Amino acid sequence: MHRALYLAWAEVLHVVRDRATLAQTLLVPVLQLLVLGNAATFAIRHTPILVVDYDRTPASRALIQGFAGSEHFSVQGIVGSLDVANEALLRGDTTMVVAIPDGFEESIVRQGAADLGIQVNAEKGTAAAIVQAYAARVVSAYGASWSRDRGMPARGAPRIEVSTRSWYNPTLSYPQYMVAGIVVSLVTIIGTLLTAQNIAREKELGTLEQLNVTPITRAEFIAGKLLPFWVLGLVELTLGLVVSRYVFDMPVLGSLWLLYAVAGVYLVVALAIGLFISTLVETQQQAMFVTFFIMMIYLLMSGLFTPVDSMPRWVQVASAFTPVRHFVEISRAILIKGAGLTAIARPFAILGVYGAVAMGLAIRQYRKTGA
Amino acid sequence: MTALAGLLRKEVRHILRDRRTLIVILLMPVVQVLLFGYAVRTDVKNVRLAVVDPLPDDQTLALRHRFAGPGVFTIVAVLHRAGDLDPLFQAGRAQVAVLIEPGFGERLARGLPAQVAVIADTTEPNTGSAVQGDAAAVIQAFAQDLGARAPGARIAIRTRLRFNPTAESSNLFVPGLMAFVLTIIATLMTAISLTREKETGTMEALLVSPLRPWQIVAGKVVPYVAIGFVMVLVVIAEARLLFDVPIRGSLVLLLGEGLLFIVVSLALGMLISARTSSQRVAMLAALVGTMLPTMLLSGFIFPIESMPAILQWVSAAMPARWFVLVARGIMLKGVGVAYLWRPTLILLAMAAGLLTLSTHSFSERLD
Repeated sequence: MHRALYLAWAEVLHVVRDRATLAQTLLVPVLQLLVLGNAATFAIRHTPILVVDYDRTPASRALIQGFAGSEHFSVQGIVGSLDVANEALLRGDTTMVVAIPDGFEESIVRQGAADLGIQVNAEKGTAAAIVQAYAARVVSAYGASWSRDRGMPARGAPRIEVSTRSWYNPTLSYPQYMVAGIVVSLVTIIGTLLTAQNIAREKELGTLEQLNVTPITRAEFIAGKLLPFWVLGLVELTLGLVVSRYVFDMPVLGSLWLLYAVAGVYLVVALAIGLFISTLVETQQQAMFVTFFIMMIYLLMSGLFTPVDSMPRWVQVASAFTPVRHFVEISRAILIKGAGLTAIARPFAILGVYGAVAMGLAIRQYRKTGA
Repeated sequence: MTALAGLLRKEVRHILRDRRTLIVILLMPVVQVLLFGYAVRTDVKNVRLAVVDPLPDDQTLALRHRFAGPGVFTIVAVLHRAGDLDPLFQAGRAQVAVLIEPGFGERLARGLPAQVAVIADTTEPNTGSAVQGDAAAVIQAFAQDLGARAPGARIAIRTRLRFNPTAESSNLFVPGLMAFVLTIIATLMTAISLTREKETGTMEALLVSPLRPWQIVAGKVVPYVAIGFVMVLVVIAEARLLFDVPIRGSLVLLLGEGLLFIVVSLALGMLISARTSSQRVAMLAALVGTMLPTMLLSGFIFPIESMPAILQWVSAAMPARWFVLVARGIMLKGVGVAYLWRPTLILLAMAAGLLTLSTHSFSERLD
């Protein structure tokens, strides 16, 4: 086994000597985390809106105040006609138009009910749905405030008071949610990409042949190759956690030891996939492209960006086969929810099985191509 | 001109011979359309609900029945103590919980306010608060059926979703996906194929041939323009056939703008290859400099308005951002040049600037 350690040491020397690559491997993920944590947000703040006020009463002005007071909206202006607002919507100058009809106040006073028109630029999909939800919230808060001025409902009628609580992320911070998942994706990309590329490079340069004629066994070779990347993956995780903790204020509620234990198992899966890819390709360029292709599918299906619960049934089933999904789930559970071993036992066990299967397959495939 | 044809033929053979890369390039857009069409969604449905009902009575059973009925909720657990909720949330088995106070029915019968708490797992803030709102709405509706008067004025909102009335996400990602595919093929492949000639030393051989520098560049670049264009057509066709994505404006204008964007991406690829010497560095530069920003900062997936000011400025420097704007305008809004002259001008300026810069640094390297 000491031969494997020699090989691992050689690999470490390679990595450390190539300063530029080392800087890239360590800095690029941090940069990515910083940009992603800030950019990958569906949080809606200061959405530009235009108001068409046909009513021009204290009630309509109070509603406009309600929108102006919300951090989710910024009222760009009040325009005279719907045509002007529509034009702005078409040009993309505004995202939402609130049309307050004539007789809005009168209707509220007389019937306790009124109509309100809202148009959302749905060009931006998800964002549009969220904007709509926030608008509904502003309007219902406005409606509720109206009654407080008018007194409480008739006594004796049954009444249910609903209170709401937000657990685990009470400030509804989006970056906090994202960074816990992004750290996982960084570990995955580094582990898989570097392994695939490194072995493909040995192939390209012809040095793999040289290693094959040395007395080193295949198991030793694989262990020696993968060990440094396994360690590098954990270093990357540490770096990511430090940035998440101190730049994004991500909470660390659960046990870090447990997270590292899971990461150790997960990296075996990631490295095995890299090894497997390297057996399929001839050049570094191919290794790069094949890895991207697989990563892209993994990341989009893992629930990193959009919740797995929203996916159609068959995609959910398919996504259970991507190891990234399980680690994303675990890391969010441990970091944000403070989950212990029992809560994450199932995904952890699945990762363990994947690790054994993926490594077994990769080694088998490697033997075939190596022979 | 025959020399150029010869170089073109050689380049096409190179591309065709490397089957694995070719397959990945061809499959990438096809699979991406499928993934974005089916997997990338944010609608809320089949919400896993836990009910904490310490002292069940007729009214709490009726409320539970209401949640179990048709709607977005599925009751996954009925507990007696709120303390048992944590493990459920931590394992992700419940997304939201409804806590009913003991003596709920009795208080209602006596005309006293009855308390219900809605606890949501807001680890993911948007889904979390949406689910919370949905649960509260179900309880309000239940209360109203009991004869409770809704507090306050009821304001009915008539919402119109413009330009994408069904809020179909497939309508939105196709423009962004086109930008993404073009960036990968035009920028990444151009950069790699030019640096490879440098790395293997064959660039020198090309330089001493009677080919002019612009012919070398054209010979390397034209095949990728062709592939990029075909890929755009594939994405549009697949999106139309599978997801009924509309093209409300002019297809000719869309393809023209696509061509303009290809030129910008190619110039960027050439610039990267002129400044780097190894394939690996070129790949990383193309990746960090173009692919990630195209995905993250172009407004393709995440709304630009929500980003911090610095990232918004960075995003304005990304060609993909303007192309996404143009493509969405043409496909979803059906607008023409009258509305799109500004982003088009920006793209033209970027094309001119990048072409000058890249041919400049390219001929510098050739001396």
